[in-house]
Amino acid sequence: MDRDTDIGGPQHRFPATSYSAIIAAASDDQQVRQRALETIVASYWKPAYKYLRIKWQTSNEDAKDLTQGFFTTAIEKSYFAGYDASKASFQTFLRTCLDRYVSNEKKAAQRLKRGAGAEHLSLDFAAAENDLASHLPAEGVTSDEFFHREWVRSVFTIALETLAERYEQSGRELHFKLFERYDLRDEPSEKISYASLASEFKLKTTDVTNYLAAVRRDFRKILLEKVRELTGTEDEFRQVARELLGVDVK
Amino acid sequence: MKSLSDSKLDHLRNIAAEPDFGGTKYRLIKELAHGGMGTVYLAEDPDLGRRIAIKVLNATELDSALARRMVREAKIIARLEHPGIVPVHDVGELGDGRVFYAMKLVRGERLDEYATRVTSIKDRLRKFQAACDAVGFAHAHGVIHRDLKPQNIMIGSFGEVLVLDWGVAKIIDRVAGSEASADADTLPLPGSQRKVQGKENVDDTTHGTIIGTVGYMSPEQARGEIEQLDERSDVFSLGAILYYLLTNRTPGPAKPRSLNAEVSKTAEAVCLKAMSPNSADRYPRSADLAADVARLLDDEPVSAYRENWFEKTRRWMGKNRFLILIVLAYLLMRLFFILTSRR
Repeated sequence: MDRDTDIGGPQHRFPATSYSAIIAAASDDQQVRQRALETIVASYWKPAYKYLRIKWQTSNEDAKDLTQGFFTTAIEKSYFAGYDASKASFQTFLRTCLDRYVSNEKKAAQRLKRGAGAEHLSLDFAAAENDLASHLPAEGVTSDEFFHREWVRSVFTIALETLAERYEQSGRELHFKLFERYDLRDEPSEKISYASLASEFKLKTTDVTNYLAAVRRDFRKILLEKVRELTGTEDEFRQVARELLGVDVK
Repeated sequence: MKSLSDSKLDHLRNIAAEPDFGGTKYRLIKELAHGGMGTVYLAEDPDLGRRIAIKVLNATELDSALARRMVREAKIIARLEHPGIVPVHDVGELGDGRVFYAMKLVRGERLDEYATRVTSIKDRLRKFQAACDAVGFAHAHGVIHRDLKPQNIMIGSFGEVLVLDWGVAKIIDRVAGSEASADADTLPLPGSQRKVQGKENVDDTTHGTIIGTVGYMSPEQARGEIEQLDERSDVFSLGAILYYLLTNRTPGPAKPRSLNAEVSKTAEAVCLKAMSPNSADRYPRSADLAADVARLLDDEPVSAYRENWFEKTRRWMGKNRFLILIVLAYLLMRLFFILTSRR
């Protein structure tokens, strides 16, 4: 195995980190809490926005305001610190909080249009709206299933971004480009062989095989790190990992 | 980064679920079959330039009961060197913590698939007899399979018969001098600092656990009487497989002859004896069943059926048709000569 192509070194296992943003969100340390909340918002804001558009049938503008309002209020009022892992998964908890928030907002008919003084999160709603147009829920898919599927999409996207960032930082853009070309091509049905990639990138076929295997391994590792971050308990982590990967992980 | 399309997302999920062969010499080619305990992959051994099958546990906990079971399965298969049992080449731990074992790649079809193609009962019986021989060999080495069914028997491309999936097999007797009956209760895995608890005669299944497949498991298995299981439990499952081969149906209350008129009384008797609800009434070992099937193929009397004089005569005549024809021809010629010489 090519050591240089391996982020965790040879024989690394599924993520050793036990960091959970869900637990850290209740930390007394403001910096730790801030980092945890950023992680949670990063993975959940898009699924939340799309969920509001689909389940609550809100307009684009209302969904933006509600998403902003929900996460800002959640941070201000420490919603996530109140999560009890023995009652439900974090995903279910967040969705319930979101539903309650929207319901209250609608009942009171006083949706908060946050003024200049209010804190705004930097969220790319235009991108979320474009995503939604291309990933509308299929017939028969419940809003809960839709939310979960969008959350999975969000976590995979974040894992990919992290992977790209780490490969760029370590000067191995070529490895990531190979991965993009082979595993992230727009037309999965397009036939590309390792041999054709080798000729395209002026590499040996064995190098293509090794580089791709290493990037995939690192992708899996990062993905599980992200899942670990976004789950509150060991049981929940294992359950989500099993659902995503089809295997029991430690 | 652009949001992932559904197809890309699914592709990435598949990639992330693939086992990590990075720390081994093997190269993953594709998935062959997925089961509850493990997934079998087609892989390449670059040192020898050959394709092999690798079974990988669907769990990364090396100390789990499943991992222990998988290691035990590999060790059990390794001790059974028989042409009817797929040889294991290697066992170890992958970089992602999953236990695996590498084995010979068998190309062919499952017995149930074979039965859809081959209708001759005699041809089916020959394959069945070979399966009984392999199971009999395991019995002679103190191993019972506990999950015999048509889907776990493979007919190779050269017609060879292989008994697969020893995942729930049980060692009922330690055989003196056997290589696998090493004193070590732990199995060190290549590339790992850790050891899997692999005590061979430790059965992870406890009394009351139901192991096997409905339709093919013995009544004592269905009752969860794990401690009482012996070779006769496998004999029941083989009888159920024979029922399937005679009738094309999963075993049920109907007798084989009522489902297929081509089934002989003797074949039915062999099947029903193997499937006796009371284990004491079955063949004691798979080898005894195999011997009766061999007699069936040779048109010899079987231990499971007592023939009356008419059946004995008919069978004798059937076996000696050529001799009877010669004698008849001789008698006719004699008669002809006698009649013509009188004129």
